[in-house]
Amino acid sequence: MAHSVLSDWIYLPAQTPPSLLLNYFSFFPLKSNQIFLISFLTFSPSKQSLLYKMLSCGAGSGGCSKDMAVELGDEPHVLAVDDNLIDRKLVERLLKNSSCKVTTAENALRALDYLGLGNDTLEGTVSEVNMIITDYCMPGMTGYELLKKIKESSVLKEVPVVIMSSENIPTRISQCLEEGAKMFMLKPLKQSDVKQLKWHLMKCRN
Amino acid sequence: MDLVQLQRQLVDYRTSLYHEGFLDEQFTQLQSLQDENNPDFVVEVVSLFFEDSERLLNELSKALEQQVIDFKRMDAQVHQLKGSSSSIGAHRVQKLCIVFRNYCEAQNVEGCLKCLQQVKHEYGIIKTKLESMFQLEQQILNAGGSIPV
Repeated sequence: MAHSVLSDWIYLPAQTPPSLLLNYFSFFPLKSNQIFLISFLTFSPSKQSLLYKMLSCGAGSGGCSKDMAVELGDEPHVLAVDDNLIDRKLVERLLKNSSCKVTTAENALRALDYLGLGNDTLEGTVSEVNMIITDYCMPGMTGYELLKKIKESSVLKEVPVVIMSSENIPTRISQCLEEGAKMFMLKPLKQSDVKQLKWHLMKCRN
Repeated sequence: MDLVQLQRQLVDYRTSLYHEGFLDEQFTQLQSLQDENNPDFVVEVVSLFFEDSERLLNELSKALEQQVIDFKRMDAQVHQLKGSSSSIGAHRVQKLCIVFRNYCEAQNVEGCLKCLQQVKHEYGIIKTKLESMFQLEQQILNAGGSIPV
């Protein structure tokens, strides 16, 4: 298959299925002291193709972090939290259109349960999410309070959290960013917002 | 009416809804999310909006009939309605909700009552207009045509 190489990034045609990528290595053998691990897919807007980042770990480097392990073909899993049904439907469709796997929760408590931080979390039901996007104004626990709980958790504090709000209040925005939110977005969300979000998500994972 | 006429009628109708401020660009966003894999997305979301709005408007009416009015709860409900209408692009309803919230905050009963009437009125109009638009779309589909973008 045709490809081009630019430094340590290899561009493959957009439709390359993950299985073919593995065959790639049979044509381009690895150097004997190197192990190549493949980072997840990133969509390169300028190159109009899927960009597989080849990372190399030296054999004696002591191993690589979990994030660098093969996530070939995996869609990022996003947990979307919003008490408004219409907004949940909208954010779900926006995320799915950007090739994300989506789980929705109608309030912060349900979200915490899903993440394994709640009082009602059942054994063995904790799911891995790559990003959490939550509304700010929710009854009971707000999105800000949810953000704090996530950042307090040793297991989940590295998961990027995005806050959405229909209200443009600078103190609210800075409060959330200071608490560790990756981004603050104004509702209603558009497709361009989600594309930007996904780009940041991919950078985070790198 | 033939297919081309129906399609033209739909485009004109849709354009007028934007020009008259009933819909804003968020509705266009909704439409752009509809495709062959999700052919009924707009109708589904708008139907949810109708259900949700009617529930909220009923609750707001009841709240204003009480001896002791719970302005805080009303404000939360208007906030919901403002959010939903904003998300689907129901521009006039959204704008009225902003005014309504101000009256809630000021605990102004008269203002709230007046606003509720206005919101109900505008909601009724947008519901009728969107239903007419969906009917036109269905007529076009039934005639074997496609919906113009």
